[in-house]
Parts: sequence; C-alpha cells; structure tokens
Amino acid sequence: MSVEPFEVKISDAVLADLRERLASARLPEAKEGAGWDSGTSPEFLRRLVQHWQTGFDWRAQEAAINRFCHFRTPVGGLEIHFIHERGHGSAPLPLILTHGYPDSFLRFSKLIPLLTDPGAHGGDPSDAFDVVVPSLPGFGFSAQPASDGTTFQIGDLWHALMTKALGYERFGAHGGDWGSTVTEHLARSHAASVIGIHLTDVPFWHTFQKPSDLSLAEEKQLAASNDFMTKQGAYAMIQGTRPLTLAQGLMDSPVGLAAWLVEKFQSLSDCNGDVETRFSLDELLTNIMVYWTTGTIGSAFLPYYDFTQAGAMRWILETAKGWIGHSHVPTGIALFAKDSTHAPREWAERFFNVQRYTELPRGGHFGAFEEPELLAEDLRAFFRPLRAGESARSPS
Amino acid sequence: MKPEPFLINVDQAVLGDLEQRLRRTHWTNGPRDDTWDFGTSPEYLRDFLRYWQNQFDWRKAEAYLNQFSQFKAELAGARIHFIHEKAHGQARLPLLLLHGWPDSFYRYYKVIPRLVAPGAIGGDPRDAFDVVVPSLPGFGFTGPVRHGSPKQPNRQSAQLLWQLMTDVLGYRKFAVAGGDGGGALAQILAIEHPESVVGIHLTDLGWHVTNVDPKTCSKAEQKYLEGAKKAFMADGAYAMVQATTPHSLAPALTDSPSGLAAWILDRFHSWSDSGGEIEKSFSKDELLTNIMIYWVTGTIGSSIETYRADTLSPSLTPSDHVDVPVGLALFPRDMSGIPPREFAERTLNVQHWTEMPRGSHFPALEEPEAYATDITAFFRKLAA
Repeated sequence: MSVEPFEVKISDAVLADLRERLASARLPEAKEGAGWDSGTSPEFLRRLVQHWQTGFDWRAQEAAINRFCHFRTPVGGLEIHFIHERGHGSAPLPLILTHGYPDSFLRFSKLIPLLTDPGAHGGDPSDAFDVVVPSLPGFGFSAQPASDGTTFQIGDLWHALMTKALGYERFGAHGGDWGSTVTEHLARSHAASVIGIHLTDVPFWHTFQKPSDLSLAEEKQLAASNDFMTKQGAYAMIQGTRPLTLAQGLMDSPVGLAAWLVEKFQSLSDCNGDVETRFSLDELLTNIMVYWTTGTIGSAFLPYYDFTQAGAMRWILETAKGWIGHSHVPTGIALFAKDSTHAPREWAERFFNVQRYTELPRGGHFGAFEEPELLAEDLRAFFRPLRAGESARSPS
Repeated sequence: MKPEPFLINVDQAVLGDLEQRLRRTHWTNGPRDDTWDFGTSPEYLRDFLRYWQNQFDWRKAEAYLNQFSQFKAELAGARIHFIHEKAHGQARLPLLLLHGWPDSFYRYYKVIPRLVAPGAIGGDPRDAFDVVVPSLPGFGFTGPVRHGSPKQPNRQSAQLLWQLMTDVLGYRKFAVAGGDGGGALAQILAIEHPESVVGIHLTDLGWHVTNVDPKTCSKAEQKYLEGAKKAFMADGAYAMVQATTPHSLAPALTDSPSGLAAWILDRFHSWSDSGGEIEKSFSKDELLTNIMIYWVTGTIGSSIETYRADTLSPSLTPSDHVDVPVGLALFPRDMSGIPPREFAERTLNVQHWTEMPRGSHFPALEEPEAYATDITAFFRKLAA
C-alpha cells in the first residue's frame, strides 16, 4: 500500500472557469427582507458571491490548507485523501477524525494543532495525538465510490487506513454528523483496534428504532428530532431520494452550490442567526471550494441515498453487528449546546459504553470548527484514562 | 383595464447567453448514469442537452406559441399573461384552464383547439368554449406577483384570476378546469365566487385533503392515505424543499439550464404513464418548450416560492368545502392513484366521476383527447 504525499493544487483553468461563471451568475429576483426564513438569505448570498469575486483568494487558502501534511493512498480500491499530522509529545495517541456533510476535512482545521501540539496551546504535551483526517469517499479529494452502498463500509476503510497503510495497531476515533456514524461502525466492526470513540452526536439512524421503555427525556429528544426532520429535513429527503436531480444544478452553478451549502452553516451553527459570528466569508467559501473544485456534490449525497434506500436485510445486518461490537469500546459523548440533536445520556447508553458525557456550553453542529478549544479539552479528558490502559498493554 | 395583445419575443441576448451556458455545462455523474434510480438519469440528461443545444429551435416554438391569441392585463400591480381564444360559433361557456407546477400555460396547447372548435375535429360545435389560459401568478410570462400581504397567497392569486374573468373579460359566469396547483386555485375560485363559477373540473383533490384526521376515515380511505404518504416519502422531497427552503434551491435552477432541466424533467418522468420512458409521453420539443418558459422568464424561483408561501399561510384546509358542482377525471398513474369516491366527497360536491384507463399527472399533454372529452361532457351536463 503506497502512501503518496499529496498537495491541493487546483488548476488555473478551473479557477478561470469559476470566475466566468460567477461574473455571469443569474440570481433569482431578491425579495427584500426575506432573511433566512425560506432558506439561504438572498441578500447574504449576493454579498457572499461578491466577496467570492472580489475579496476571496483561493491561492492563499490553498497555501494554508497545504501547511498540513496531506497524503493519498488506495484503500479498499478507493483513493483516500487524508491529513496526517504527528503529535508533539512523548507518546502521542493516534486519533482519526471524521467529518460530515456539508463540511469537509476542513471541519478540523482549527482542532488539529490543538490536538497535535497541546504544549504550544497551554495544554500538557502528554495529551498529544497523532491526528489523521481523511476526506470521506465521494467527498473532496478522496475518490468517488463506484457504486452506492459504500457508506456502510467506510468504517472498514478507516480501519485499513489506520492499521495497514499507517501501521497503527490501536487508535482512537472521533466524529460528528456522518463522522459519528462512520466512527460507530468502525468501533463496532473493529473493536479490537479501537481504544475509544468520541462523538458529538448519537448517530441519527438509531431513532429509527423505538424502544418501549423510553424515558421522558428520550421521548422529548425523539419528538425534537421528528420536528427537525419535518421542518428542516427536506435537504436530507431530496439527497436521499433524488440526489442527482438536485446535484446537476449544484455541479453547474457555483452560486447555486453556495446557496445550498451555506444554509446549513447558518441554521445548524451556534450563530444566533448571524452566520458570520461563527464563520468568516473566507471560511465558508473555502469549504464550498472543496466541493466545487472537486465536483463532488453529487457523490457527497450518496450517504443520504445509502441510508434512505437501505433495505430490511441491511438493517438486520447492522443490528447484528451492533450486538457484537458495541458493548465494550469506551465512548465519550460531547454535545454542543446548539447542535440539532441532544441525545440524553440514557439514549446514548443504549448503544454505547458511555464513559464520559459532556454538555458543552457553546457551539453548534460544526462544534469542531466553532469551538475547537472546548472540543480539544473534552477529547483530551476522555482519552487521558484510556492512555494509561494503552501504556500498560505490552508493545507488540 | 383593457388587456394588451402580447407576443412572446425573447431577446436574442438571452438565447446567446443560454447557448454559452449549455456549452460549458459541468456534468454530474452517479454510480450508474443510465438509470433514473438516483434522480434524473445523467445519460438521458446529456442526450437531452445535446438536443437542446443542437436541434431545438426556440424561435419555432415561440412562433407556435404566438399562434394563440395572447394578452397581458394589469391587475392590482400584477401583469397577468393569458391566452384568450374565442369559441368557433356560439360558446356554451367561458372556460378558465389553470396549470400547475412544473408546467405552464403551455400544458393546454393540445386541448385548446379541441375545446374552442370541437366541430373541426368531428365533435358537436355546440360544445365549444371561450377558453382563457393564464400564466399563474409567479409563473412564466406573468412572473412574480407582489401580494398585498403574506396571508393566504393562493386566495389572493385566485382573486386576480376572478378579476381577469369578470372585470377584464366581462364574463359573468364561467367554468374552471385544472389540476395540481391549478386545481387548488379552481377550488378556491368556487368557494370564494360561487355566484360566478358554474362548476369546476379537476384531475386531483388537492394536497390539503391528506391532512384529514385518519380516525374519521373508512378502510378504503385509510389505505389511500397510506399510499399517498408512502408516495410522498419516496418521491415528494421536491415539494418539501420547495415548501421549506426554496431560497436555497432557486439560485442553482436560475443560474444553470442543465440544473433547471434536471429538476423539471424528473417530475415529468415520475408523473407520466410512460413505463419509465419519458419520451413515450412527451417529446423533447414539448419538454424543452416548457422548460424554456421557465428559463427565459427566470421564474423558477418565484414558481417554487408559491409552495413556501402556501405552507406559511395555507389557503385550503380539509374543512373547506366546494359547493358548486365538481367533475373529476382521475388518471391511474397520477401521484397517489385514484382516491375512493367517498374521500373526494368529503370536500367536493362531486357530480361527475370518471376513472380513466391510462394517463398520469399531465393529462392535457398526455391524454388530450380523453381529457378534453371529459371536460366537455361534464359542462354539457351542467349546462343542460
């Protein structure tokens, strides 16, 4: 398995084509004062597009991205892109971080230095991690899967990446959004390799089962998640049922792509309605550019499709895996105050061996980006006792 | 108040710009390009766009549309575009034909001649109608309409159509026919103006009836409702997006002709009785003429916003009842199939009920003869 260094380098032709599209963009007639009530604010979109054309410097963003060490390697037949940053400390713990939708590996750009070099950020060097941040298959600089259904195999790919390609025998894992699902799959199917997992949400699909002994808090949570799907779940429904019907316009129109993606950063972050209190225009655009320059919006919808279309057999299989794998991998749950779901501890305990359950005072669905310090602190605290157990294991 | 004659004449610059956009299309691709399982088939779309670029002749389509007598009438700040074709001979009734989404006034191009001049196709000349086909507020050559308030926007749109028929065109009594969003407007017109509307002919009951309390429903009704819900979960996401976050979707469809085509084609594909082969029901020229009406007017955004506006302040609920006579022509492959008659009778004064052997959501395009015949039969009965 050859691990090749990789650099993000978008061709001038792609950037020139983008400039042309932005210059000739047709935007819908903007209703004054529409705000964000019916999706992305038309007024905000105009401002974002203007900044894209006149203020945004992709080459500067690209240079910043390339300050991380990037690699690509074939895993399970797919070229997987990942950042691999070594920790600064006596015994850095390997940790794989998995992003979701509609973010990208950039979700962790602010968190990585805090984890690799805690000593330089007011922390203890003994808390250092070796950090691996892949792009999910079909996202960003990873290859697009050749068939649907691969979402259920990403945990296996990550295991191969960490053990076979990078030579880590045991490692920790963290994720949110699709990242929490992938991290759960990883722990379930490869429990022997996983030191512990840390999630910022309990994967949504657990709500498909309705145990008869729900606590009041659990019932409230399930009702809230139902309410979320009714009022804000249309994106997941279209991405899960007719992904390419939507993707064509987003592949062809940068302003269309921006409108579709930016809505989520506004509605799901802890921004009190003002997305720029959490993300600068540059940060929003850099993430959008990861989708635009790689042409991956369609393949990024596939996890939704896979989960929506999964048949009864798939769920029986997944449940069976759950019985085998879940019970002993230590799990930390950290919930950001304004995230879209708030699993009560007893709900998390139905599926995980919960060792730590933290309610963080600030942050939303993109907590790793919004509140990297809070998350770094929680990750360090969760893995600290597990590190002791690891050093007690005899090295192979 | 006198309507002005109107001819469609799209600026050459719009067509030049479109050509450029089509040429530089970025294609999406899926795990398999040759199926519609993931949404609009990329393979079909590529073929469709090649035709759009190389063979489709908008000027020809435009000339065809301009054979119909078209007007624009200024009403409460809106400029309503409509076709107005007078009956050949004595008109039995004026007939207002209302389209839906994602079609347009063009939906009725095949049935207009049948309804205006039945004698010319071997029918009874006494069955002739004066026909009025508007572009609905928010759509096509009518374009966005600023309503006075956000309250019950469809009631306000229906009021504009009533003014068009009465104040502008001078009809005291008239008939209405439609389906999809146009069917809902027909129901509102009947409820608000029973003094003017002699009867309405529909091809569906309207989405609002699915909100009835299932506990009050018969077994057959419950089965129908479950089917409707299942169909919505499988293929109704377009409506959910349009009803909740149209502003996140509209920019892509306004900026990208291929994106607009993919979004609209998927509906025509799903809602045809074509066994999955869309062109068995609609030709590329037909599909493109309809898509072009959205593209050249830039109205996809205002058209999908009607879903959002109606969701925020619904104009119809299951407790609304249409008292004027209602004729129903139901097509088996329409979204949720044919409802039980007792379900229709909850909200409609059903006087005429036809279950068609084939056809789907766009019967005026797909089954023009059966559709026109049924409209004629219903209103002939009413007039008798």
